[in-house]
Amino acid sequence: MSADLAHRARRWRPASAGPGKLRPTTTLWMFPATILMVGLFVAPIGYAIYLGFTNIELLGPHAQVYNFTGLANFDRMIHDPEFWSSVKLTLIFVVVSGIIAQTIVGMALALLGQRANITFRATVGSVVVLAWVLPEVAVAFLWYAFSQAGGPLSEIIRRPHDDLLSTVPFLIVCVANLWRGTAFSMLILSAGLRSVPSEVDEAAQMEGAGYWRRLFKVTLPIMRPTIVTNMLLITIGTISDFTLVYAMTGGGPGTATAILPVYMYIEAFTYNALAYGTAIALALMAIGALISVLYIHQLRPELRKAQ
Amino acid sequence: MRSLRPKQEEDRDLAPLADGGLGAGVAQAAQRSPVAISRAQIRRPDRRDRKQRAIANSILVLLGIGFLTPMIWLIDAAFSTHASSALSAPSLTFANFGKTISEGAGGAIGNSLYLGIVSTVIATVVSILAGYALSRHRVPLKAFFLLSVLFLSALPFQLLLIPIYEIYVHLGWLNSPFYTSVALAANSVPFAIWLLKNFIDQVPREFEEAAAIEGAGSVRILWKVVVPLAMPGILVASILTFINAWGAFLLPLVIDTNPADTPAAIGIYSNILADAQIQYGPLAAYAILFSIPVIVLYLVCTRWLHGGFAFAGGVKG
Repeated sequence: MSADLAHRARRWRPASAGPGKLRPTTTLWMFPATILMVGLFVAPIGYAIYLGFTNIELLGPHAQVYNFTGLANFDRMIHDPEFWSSVKLTLIFVVVSGIIAQTIVGMALALLGQRANITFRATVGSVVVLAWVLPEVAVAFLWYAFSQAGGPLSEIIRRPHDDLLSTVPFLIVCVANLWRGTAFSMLILSAGLRSVPSEVDEAAQMEGAGYWRRLFKVTLPIMRPTIVTNMLLITIGTISDFTLVYAMTGGGPGTATAILPVYMYIEAFTYNALAYGTAIALALMAIGALISVLYIHQLRPELRKAQ
Repeated sequence: MRSLRPKQEEDRDLAPLADGGLGAGVAQAAQRSPVAISRAQIRRPDRRDRKQRAIANSILVLLGIGFLTPMIWLIDAAFSTHASSALSAPSLTFANFGKTISEGAGGAIGNSLYLGIVSTVIATVVSILAGYALSRHRVPLKAFFLLSVLFLSALPFQLLLIPIYEIYVHLGWLNSPFYTSVALAANSVPFAIWLLKNFIDQVPREFEEAAAIEGAGSVRILWKVVVPLAMPGILVASILTFINAWGAFLLPLVIDTNPADTPAAIGIYSNILADAQIQYGPLAAYAILFSIPVIVLYLVCTRWLHGGFAFAGGVKG
């Protein structure tokens, strides 16, 4: 009996403790995840790269039989003014209404929360988080109705006959994005703020540094890694945002709000050009990767320290 | 499982901000220790301090009102009989809710529920298995696998959309709620694996060793020991998967165009498309019905997250 126990105990091995043998259960348990990820992530990525160099269409003769056309889609892209205006809109959408505005408003909420009474902090915090938790389509409808002619927003700015989604559509879309996304920055930055050691701030206070000086010379530099990480996460979240904008405006009027994901959808599924849509998606990924590399470059000192 | 939450966190729930921040009050600090008293003297809690607090409160409230105003319109419209895009006097009627349900919101919410539940079950089971294997077993190319998981969860989804559409055309999987759920599940799997692998890493191994000595097989160990211990993490992963599938818009829009399968997200969108003929009251009610489950799940999720890593007490020190 005891020999049997000892045998069992020996046979059971906490595997990552040593380089044991590959167990059949491991293969079995990794199998479904591997299938799903290869089938619906890895293969599609490869397929996308291929389709971007073909002339495949949604309907018609090129839906079934399509050929390799080399760089034709990318040539068209370079000479497509709508593509470049879409890139410009995407960059403004991501950088201004995402990275800059959400970081500033989120930081303001975090800093104010630090000084305000707990009741105000908790109540306002809940409202901001609620805006973030609502499903995107609900937010799109909310802002669509809110900015109609005669809607609350037009009353607030005293121009009740303006349909703000016709007069300043991109601004409204950006405001809606800021409204929806700020909570994330607020949560991350206030957690970061809480981890700044209070001794440092107090030492600076003893030296006679005022609030703003301490904020810019002490608190923010300590929080730099948190702020940069937060910006990276905002970028990843905003650059592929489709639902909010498409449900509010459909990319219009005209192409006034057609950020890249929307432009890609319209080209592929409204104008039939699946291949060109894929090429746009590849460009979108390249832009996202480029921005991420910039962030990781910014984080290099911290990463080196961590090693 | 609620008892796993540390006592002092009992009062936190929706607002993670609600617990003490850095400047948690000079008076409290002063009661605690003599050192704090000297700090309090440095801070001089005088009229200037109180004035600053009042300013912080008022700016915070102004910002809060800015965030609140659009939501007030939504609630107002949902409960008002003559709702338009303008604010009107709410009449506290549930007529809009009844109307929107009878006009198809009920069925669409049912479809969303199907997508949510099926994809959550698939993604959760798959990720528990993989997360456990990655946490405990020797897996070839483990570091590569984990890095790709991280990379895939940051990939813009648009890149996958057209290839997935083409793959579904070839396999004949278009217009099927089940295969739409599979695609939604796959979309959440990288993040869920990452979360569960890290969560199971925190679960003490001693329980599994004890169970193995008692003679339990690996499936039994996973199901009876690891899953209960990792339950908070599993719930968080499955709730996030559910919220993602529940709100999914682009993927169902492309790979399931059968009107009978329309989930609520697309139902609301096609109502917005009616433009001039929009019925604001019923549509606001629709949006609220669609949002409530997500809000409830978020509240549950924050509770679990706070208690999430508190099970270390199960191992004798």
